[in-house]
Amino acid sequence: MIHSLVQQNALVRKTGVFCCLHCWAGLFESLRRWLAVRALGVVLSVGAWVLAGCSPLERADLVLHNGPEPETIDPQILTGQADGRIASALFEGLTRFNPTNGTAMPGLASHWEISSDGLTYLFFLRPEARWSTGEPIEANEVVWSWRRAVTPATAADYASQFFCIRKGRAIVNGELRDASQLGAEALDAHTVRVHLENPTPYFLELMASRVFFPVPRRAVERWGDHWIRAEPLPCSGPYQLLSWRVNDRFRLRRNPQYWDAAQVTAERIDILSGDNPSTALNLFLNGEVDLISDRKIIPGELGPELAARPDFHRFDYLGQDFIRFNTTRKPFQDARVRRAVAMALDRSRITAHITRMGERPSAAVTPAGTGGYQPPAGLSYDPATARRLLGEAGYPEGRGFPAIEYTFNVGSRIYEQTGVEIQSMLREHLGIRVELRPLEWKTYLTEMSALNYDFIRGSWVGDYDDPMTFLDCFLSDSGNNRTGWKDLRYDRLLQAAAAEADPQRRLEILREAETLLVVEAVPVTGLYSHVGLYAADPRKVGGIWPNRMDEHPFFSMRRIRP
Amino acid sequence: MRPWMARLALIPVLLWMVATLSFFLLRAVPGGPFHRERAPASREAEAALKARYHWDEPLWRQYERYLGNVIRGDLGPSLKYRDHSVNDLLGQTVPVSLSLGAMAFGVAIGLGIPLGALAALKRGGWADYAAAGLTLVGVCVPVFVLGPLLVLVFGLWLGWFPVALWGSWQNAVLPTLTLGLYFAARVARWMREGMIEVLRSPHVQTARAKGLSETAVILRHVMPVALVPVISYTGPMLADLLTGSFVVENVFQIPGTGAFFINSFFSRDYTMMMGMVLFYSVLLQVLNLMSDLLLRWVDPRIRS
Repeated sequence: MIHSLVQQNALVRKTGVFCCLHCWAGLFESLRRWLAVRALGVVLSVGAWVLAGCSPLERADLVLHNGPEPETIDPQILTGQADGRIASALFEGLTRFNPTNGTAMPGLASHWEISSDGLTYLFFLRPEARWSTGEPIEANEVVWSWRRAVTPATAADYASQFFCIRKGRAIVNGELRDASQLGAEALDAHTVRVHLENPTPYFLELMASRVFFPVPRRAVERWGDHWIRAEPLPCSGPYQLLSWRVNDRFRLRRNPQYWDAAQVTAERIDILSGDNPSTALNLFLNGEVDLISDRKIIPGELGPELAARPDFHRFDYLGQDFIRFNTTRKPFQDARVRRAVAMALDRSRITAHITRMGERPSAAVTPAGTGGYQPPAGLSYDPATARRLLGEAGYPEGRGFPAIEYTFNVGSRIYEQTGVEIQSMLREHLGIRVELRPLEWKTYLTEMSALNYDFIRGSWVGDYDDPMTFLDCFLSDSGNNRTGWKDLRYDRLLQAAAAEADPQRRLEILREAETLLVVEAVPVTGLYSHVGLYAADPRKVGGIWPNRMDEHPFFSMRRIRP
Repeated sequence: MRPWMARLALIPVLLWMVATLSFFLLRAVPGGPFHRERAPASREAEAALKARYHWDEPLWRQYERYLGNVIRGDLGPSLKYRDHSVNDLLGQTVPVSLSLGAMAFGVAIGLGIPLGALAALKRGGWADYAAAGLTLVGVCVPVFVLGPLLVLVFGLWLGWFPVALWGSWQNAVLPTLTLGLYFAARVARWMREGMIEVLRSPHVQTARAKGLSETAVILRHVMPVALVPVISYTGPMLADLLTGSFVVENVFQIPGTGAFFINSFFSRDYTMMMGMVLFYSVLLQVLNLMSDLLLRWVDPRIRS
């Protein structure tokens, strides 16, 4: 049955409605009694009654703070990190992330075979793999799920991850109407064969990402868009859903049907949703929360102090902040001006005084070490060359330079202070006047997509541990480009890298492409690579390790009993 | 027709006006619910999404469809929380805000009225100054200061109450106080002023001249009239309390409606935003009407 309300909600709802009635009845009653005797006790009884009506919730074995309420937990539709964490507690892919380093390890598939050209994968599903409702998870359900993900009507934002599978791109783009043409087939109940367009070195990691999770076909066919609210919800991961109250918590119970259930030691876990960092920190300090799994809900201004504590864990994270230039209008039409601005920025001033968490200053787009790759150094801080370039572009000492605006999204002290810092560095080194233009998030996104800006703050978090996840944003036809920059040379280099079977040679081609991107053409210039942070007392919580993917799988997470 | 019946009949008209105005205003704001940092996988997928929510239709047609659904009681799917409908989200969060609001109302009335009355009766004495001081602090210290302060002292230092979350009576204490104290202070001020005025009026002197005991004078002849300004304030106050304060719910991570007031706009969750506007309009209208009716009942001058 579809959840109309989970059990606890029903309880709260009854209480609440009664509260409202009782409240008015109480008001009348209290007035009468007041006129007769005195009101205080009676009015307080309203509150007392309500309090008595609430029964406390028993503490779960493990309580996690997950950040904002997920927008959806449908693995194929979701995009947010908080959403993804819930989905990965409930569902699993053919592979799953190794909790120590974020690489792929066997999941629903016990093993696989890869053809010598790297283009064909054979996945062997575990015969014992079952949904929490008891039905077997079979190969045709995996293929059916993937076809659902690539069908444009599903509108999965991450469908682009299927571009590496044969015909994936054509189906997602609507050029091919028949999703069954996707290069994935069920050979028998337990074997899936996948044909790739190109050798994809990170394909096994992709198999662990949410959009590739098989979904329960029968539930989806029965309930359509609302299948995720089905009760009971068929789950394939280490946990199953017990209750879900919006902006409060997901309560999960160990899934006994999970193939690796023996490893899962916490019987019940609570995953809290909330977006106030101070509250999350209070809950953690008070011992009501065992783990804060998202940097965004750790108070930013306390970051450096907290990072020094033994229960806060800092790590290099697969994300990058950068500046996009609008290459379609003056003055950033001219690559020399873009390069001049990139070289006038002393990025270490931003990381040392503003972000303060040990972020690595970087003028590239890909964080160093992504998939074993070293990005080009980019245009490092060199005010003299910057001034010369600006002079060559026709603005000696910044004379005649039009008034420009630096656009950023509001909501973080860091973005605002970075804007001020950029403003002062450009005035100091180039004699350029910059106005700051803070915009609310959705307006910021709209203006960026419409190329209605001069230069603008940007950032990207990698979907998998490979430079391609950063670099393909700037392909000529990418919806994530948002700079107006189109260069066929760049597109061809990325194509060549994708087709390259030799991994070392492939990284070299990618490096060549990134050099074109951040040294030569510079539609974008990096600021710094992100740092991740999570909070967990190592004496209380085990089975969790920092890794650059920021993946902390639930199967290994456990509460250490004193 | 009685005037209150006319007001009741006016509520649907008012709601229609509010719905229409907010529908078109919201659509005029730049950005949409599915505008994200990550571009859609393809134009085809984007078009499919628009078709699903009928955004490929002209705006007036969408308006017509929305209004039709609202009349049938369906506020539509939430555009941000895609696994939920607006009805479902309101169904989950409204009771929580109502509980919190009712308890805070108890604090506001239960503390405010005696405090105000005491101050008026002991006018110029220590009780008056103490009450004035307390109400001043109550009105001046903003909720976002009081909340964390209470958490710090009673949650983190003393460990008497949980620092946040919702589920047991212990959870409710700090947020109820945070939300209730401010309103208690305002109620106390209204009460004090109302009472001082009534204490001077001729009918109270007559009552005393009749030889009634002071208690009887106050309970029977002063209180009902002194309560008038308080009651006229309870309507909007209750609406404020019942819909929860964004700040209190945020500070204590309470799963009420408060968060949606602000966030549904920032995420351009049109349907949720409309749902909140309509819900708040209904609540405000009904509560205002009820406080008027209550006034008529308490104060005979209004009836005549």
